[in-house]
Amino acid sequence: HRNLNGAGQFFSSGHTNNWAVLVCTSRFWFNYRHVANTLSVYRSVKRLGIPDSHIVLMLADDMACNHRNPKPATVFSHKNMELNVYGDDVEVDYRGYEVTVENFLRVLTGRLPPSTPRSKRLLSDDRSNILIYLTGHGGNGFLKFQDSEEISNVELADAFEQMWQKRRYNELLFIIDTCQGASMYERFYSPNLMALASSQVGEDSLSHQPDLAIGVHLMDRYTFYLLEFLEDIHPASKTNMNDLFKVCPKSQCVSTPGHRTDLFLRDPGSVLITDFFGSVRKIEITMETINLTDPIKQMEEK
Amino acid sequence: MASYWNRNPIRVFVFLILTVFVVVRSNIPSTPGEGAEERRWEASQVGDVDPGMSVAPPHPHTNTDSFQEELVVRPLHSGDIYASFQFRTVWEADFSRGNKVSHYQLFPKSLGQVISKFSVRELHISFTQGYWRTMQWGQPFLPSPPGAELWVWFQDSVTDVDGTWKELTNVLSGIFCASLNFIDSTNTVQPSAAFKPLGVGNVTDHRFLRYATLPREIVCTENLTPWKKLLPCGSKAGLAVLLKSEKLFHSSFHSQAVHIRPICQDQRCKSTSLELRQTLNAVFDLHTSGQAKREWSLFKMFSRTLTEACPLASSSKIYIDITDNSQGEQFELSPASSLLSQAVVLGDRRTFSVYDLTDQATFGSTRSLNLLIRLKSTDGDMLRPLLHAERYVAGYGLQTGEIHTVMYNHHPYRSFPVLLLDSVPWYLRLYIHTLTVTSKGKENKPSYIHYQPSKDRLRPHLLEMLVQLPPNSATEVTVEFERALLKWTEYTPDPNHGFYVGSSVISSLVPSTVATNTSITQEQPLFSSFFPCKEELSYFVRVYTEPLLVNLPTPDFSMPYNVICLTCTVVAVGYGSLYNLLTRSFQIEEPSPGLAKRIANVIRRMRGVPPL
Repeated sequence: HRNLNGAGQFFSSGHTNNWAVLVCTSRFWFNYRHVANTLSVYRSVKRLGIPDSHIVLMLADDMACNHRNPKPATVFSHKNMELNVYGDDVEVDYRGYEVTVENFLRVLTGRLPPSTPRSKRLLSDDRSNILIYLTGHGGNGFLKFQDSEEISNVELADAFEQMWQKRRYNELLFIIDTCQGASMYERFYSPNLMALASSQVGEDSLSHQPDLAIGVHLMDRYTFYLLEFLEDIHPASKTNMNDLFKVCPKSQCVSTPGHRTDLFLRDPGSVLITDFFGSVRKIEITMETINLTDPIKQMEEK
Repeated sequence: MASYWNRNPIRVFVFLILTVFVVVRSNIPSTPGEGAEERRWEASQVGDVDPGMSVAPPHPHTNTDSFQEELVVRPLHSGDIYASFQFRTVWEADFSRGNKVSHYQLFPKSLGQVISKFSVRELHISFTQGYWRTMQWGQPFLPSPPGAELWVWFQDSVTDVDGTWKELTNVLSGIFCASLNFIDSTNTVQPSAAFKPLGVGNVTDHRFLRYATLPREIVCTENLTPWKKLLPCGSKAGLAVLLKSEKLFHSSFHSQAVHIRPICQDQRCKSTSLELRQTLNAVFDLHTSGQAKREWSLFKMFSRTLTEACPLASSSKIYIDITDNSQGEQFELSPASSLLSQAVVLGDRRTFSVYDLTDQATFGSTRSLNLLIRLKSTDGDMLRPLLHAERYVAGYGLQTGEIHTVMYNHHPYRSFPVLLLDSVPWYLRLYIHTLTVTSKGKENKPSYIHYQPSKDRLRPHLLEMLVQLPPNSATEVTVEFERALLKWTEYTPDPNHGFYVGSSVISSLVPSTVATNTSITQEQPLFSSFFPCKEELSYFVRVYTEPLLVNLPTPDFSMPYNVICLTCTVVAVGYGSLYNLLTRSFQIEEPSPGLAKRIANVIRRMRGVPPL
């Protein structure tokens, strides 16, 4: 028997596919922690089901095979080298000098040259939920890309508006882990955007802990606790956004994380974490036999 | 040269030499640890084949593609160990006449679509981390320069080669997760002589050839992952199980490459097959990977052992080079293998101990194979490589400099010609009138020079020269250059690191001391059959020099901000002062009177009397 009430529950969130755009904007070995931040979100997102073809990963510098890395082909998130977030099955779409403000905005708005391969495109549609994660060095109203250029909060808000007008997303979750990160979402004006930041205007986001063998700080505090939170999520979990807002309170983070939900149409308490971080499909198993088609009428019948 | 091979006596003579050699070798006592077990030689047949053409292996199945895999392990004299993987897929498909193929089996679909869409005849791409030290390690089976290198021969049906090249590099950058989209006209050249096709075919119009290198390209797990996914068994079975990134990238040298070329299907060469070779070379260092113990095993090198061959492979073999170990004095190999093979590779006859993974007995009772090589003594000389090259920048300051390329010929009495290819970016302006080639103190005039000057922001310099190297000498090629100042938007985000100049390529047919077995057998190991060999007494060698790192005069990027601040301050102070001087007027103001006087003034005003 078909349950018509059950059919209603399929369309409550309105999205059919998930995308993720994960960007690390910092270059140089001492910014190891920004690459580790981005890779830990990448790892969680992959683990919860989003495939590589739906993830656009941008890393501005190579830490894993950097000649200063005492353990090549690894990026660790925790001291004592417990968790290698780089893994064995990673696909980086934009790397090195390709991570620029122009390329980032082109990926978001879809205005890429025709010869760009599919793995470098954000092929989202109006039923896609997109997760955007940015990390690096930032300030009041800007985010620095590779120590040579910046993106401002106005440009970012305009890019999201372009995406809305071209129907390139259904709902968008924006997470930023930089100093004064809350300034980056102040100017948003498009609907269905939810934003989280690791610190308020005037505050710095701090890093977590250094590792003496590698010699640099491994992760930032906000993303470290975010990773800890995400490690407990599995594809069937029912945790919602209100729990995400509680990640890393001031006692752990030293800075005050902020969030913005006024542009979001649904209540954050009804939004599951897996709506953005995972690629969860609703499947109904039926024992009913269904006749697929009526016999096709021949067109030549006269 | 073709008539040389029609002389039967030479062929019979070679066959006799080989037969004698086989008989002699089989009488040598076996290595310790083997007992009375007799060693068997790998079956090989001397066929009546026109040499110079690789022949596809016989197809045991009715499907049209076949796959072979092999691993060659060679202990080096310095205590390091060299491992070379080759995976070869041969596919009976012909794209040259615009045939559309939609059914892919062992050949990877992504590469097949690339070849058919862009009308590619040959494609060679390599990603290398590290520099190959020829004098310490000998010659590699497949040389490659540091960074990324891509060279492609297009079919002659392509009308716009530059446009197709640009699209091809973009598509490949998506497939291999590398920034190959940075290849554009400023680092692409069309060599006229140095890169002849390695596959069959007689198109040599170099308008269809494009060559580019990216010396700055980093190689990491994200390049290995898609490379492994091109293999029929992926990284789940067969030799590819050993390819774990944490061990592979912790090595002195790592190079992975993809080579696609057409080969003859059979001896008459009426139709061609497409051959895909994926190669991976790695040199593991004694101290960093080996913990300074002169003992190597598969587990130590790759942190894995082998449990099965790839089920889709028609042959899956491991070759261990035991040439220096004829009496067992150099190293000890366990588990011992009864199968031996000989091959002439790089001008030297080498003996190999063969492990056939398709034979279940190789894995023994533990169902896993972990080869152990224990090195005992360190004496013995490595065969000195005959051709070797170095390159460096001389000079001081940030305006001028000199590029020196030194090529060494270590043959005691034979001289041979080499083809030198140099591609220098446009921002190092070469002065070709200062080009000098000297050997042993005397000028050495090249017999062929092809020079294409650069155009600013459009084209790099291309210099190709055919130089005869005298025996036992060092030939030095020097050219002076001047550094250009780039526009401020053309600098990379880290300009103080410097700018890279790609490696020079030196290609040559080097005379060999051992007669190369040019009659191609059908069971030839992959590592000895890559470069087509047309002559018996020489072999093809390609040597890459180091890339150069050159500092360009770099502006101070904080200057625009400084200039704006300074100018605004000066303008504000200067204009402000002038404006004040011109328009400020002074008025006399009475000091405000005391409280009593103010009350009195108010009363007087009310009375209409003038104030105090």
